[in-house]
Amino acid sequence: MGQIEIITANTAAAIAAKLCRVQVVSAYPITPQTPVTEELAAMVESGELKAEYITVESEHSALASVVAASQVGARVFTATSANGLLYMHEMLHWAAGSRVPIVMACVNRGVGAPWTILNDQQDTIAQRDTGWIQLYCRNSQEVLDTMIQAYRISELIQIPVMVCYDGFILSHASTPVDVPSQDEVDRFLPSMEDRSGIDGKTPMNLNPLILSDPRPNANGVLMPGYMEFRYRLQRDILGSLQTIQAVDNEFADIFGRSWGGSAWSYRMDDADHAIVSMGSLASECTVAADQLRNDGIKAGVVGVRVYRPFPSSRMIDSLSGVRTAIFFEKDVSYGYQGALAMDTKAAMYESKSRPEISSYVVGLGGRDVRPEQLAEATLKCVKGPAHHCWLDVRE
Amino acid sequence: MKSHQSYEIIWHGRGGQGAVTAAKMFTEAAYYAGFRGVSAKPAYFSERRGAPVSVHTRVSPEPIRTFANVLFPDIAVVLDDNLLEMVNITANIKTGGLIVINSSKSAQDLDLRGRFTVAISDAYHCSEAAGLIIEGNVLVSTSILGPLTAATNFVGLDNVQKAIQHKFRGKSLERNLKALDLAFERTSIVSVDNISAVAQG
Repeated sequence: MGQIEIITANTAAAIAAKLCRVQVVSAYPITPQTPVTEELAAMVESGELKAEYITVESEHSALASVVAASQVGARVFTATSANGLLYMHEMLHWAAGSRVPIVMACVNRGVGAPWTILNDQQDTIAQRDTGWIQLYCRNSQEVLDTMIQAYRISELIQIPVMVCYDGFILSHASTPVDVPSQDEVDRFLPSMEDRSGIDGKTPMNLNPLILSDPRPNANGVLMPGYMEFRYRLQRDILGSLQTIQAVDNEFADIFGRSWGGSAWSYRMDDADHAIVSMGSLASECTVAADQLRNDGIKAGVVGVRVYRPFPSSRMIDSLSGVRTAIFFEKDVSYGYQGALAMDTKAAMYESKSRPEISSYVVGLGGRDVRPEQLAEATLKCVKGPAHHCWLDVRE
Repeated sequence: MKSHQSYEIIWHGRGGQGAVTAAKMFTEAAYYAGFRGVSAKPAYFSERRGAPVSVHTRVSPEPIRTFANVLFPDIAVVLDDNLLEMVNITANIKTGGLIVINSSKSAQDLDLRGRFTVAISDAYHCSEAAGLIIEGNVLVSTSILGPLTAATNFVGLDNVQKAIQHKFRGKSLERNLKALDLAFERTSIVSVDNISAVAQG
């Protein structure tokens, strides 16, 4: 049985890393991620966590360090935010291409310039095409649970996972979190299996230059070309949707909590109008749906938990029966629209019946988003679709 | 104030003064009192000592699903009475709400306008008397919970003590409990009803 503690999402992430018995931690502090690194460093210092903590001069080196440690078979952890994540960009591709099972906490923060330390999701959305799995959490309990699930997912399919949660809104807010026992986590997450093949005796060349076509290596073994490696990554990340669902089911069996796999629904059974969102904003949307229901509007919420791989079938199942779908998101693909709305529209092309889709960009750089604003904006779209709007811009 | 209701509380203090610690301990106490949903979200901008900071707290029988700022609080807790001149603390408080202030002044001297209850205790001097001083700073994060607990009945002194016991040990625990008790005992509670003064002002 777990124990309820009143903690922040940052503390929940640090505790989860400890419960997962990570062996190597490397991170560079950046607001609002900093407490994660501080708490893990303190655990290593006190001996509570038996791990190597590698201090580095940058986020690029932090991720390079854990890629290397993972490649020799260690269970690793890192965490970052905003410009720190952008500084990792090259190594993000490297990690996914190397097929190393890294788990990284991404504490969502707006990207400078102009400089902000406050929350939106532009930082992780901008990394969506790096080949990482991206999981978005709606509250601190989900952060802790998703961290534990992420290690299982990542190690089953050898693809790195970002666990994304909103800076300050979750990272610094104290709420009750059920912290599982070490025994329960050990039961769910087997100890790290070293698949590296590195034995310290046989010289190996990791990630050698790959040519475009398959060809035999120095030992005469036929090696895939670059495209075959990339195809395997795409095949496996698409297939991971099933793994993510299965892991969530296994998790529920042991811990009694399930987070919906790739997406979750709130009051959607008889809904005419779906509010779609990710992260803590999706939780905020459930309050807006309640307000709309009180006013006789049949609204529900679809919360997207897995953004990459994109759960397109799940979105079609959730949205093909509603009249209206309204997207609220804290990111934008400049020159087009919000990323979640774009991706869902593309998915809905495969569906015979489609709702009217409206989309809003909200809460950039920590702008407060209130349920009544979401309810009001939803109501507006119920009356007539708004294809791409920004909420609460005061110009 | 009853335990089946929800409460929104805003805390005003200065960086380093203990508003975040106070809010966290109070939400934990509320959890002990049976509220399943509690949250304390600090509103940070650039963290620095002395700058005004606020913490947004919710206490509810159901798990909290909103993370928005508290705009219209039931209760405002003020750790430094100088902030009353800098931040318009009374403006958005719900009619019939409560303001808790650390001050050596009376409600009349503080010149508060509106319609609410005011609970004042000299938390600073209570902490000082209890020896809650670190590196020359008098800490009011536990003593401010004295007047808050004295003026409300949904959390209770025993649960606040339990939260303090969870956070502190040894001598530090003794001093914190003493500061809480002193500030609790020395709370004066008055009703303020001078809406017309606001209209005139």
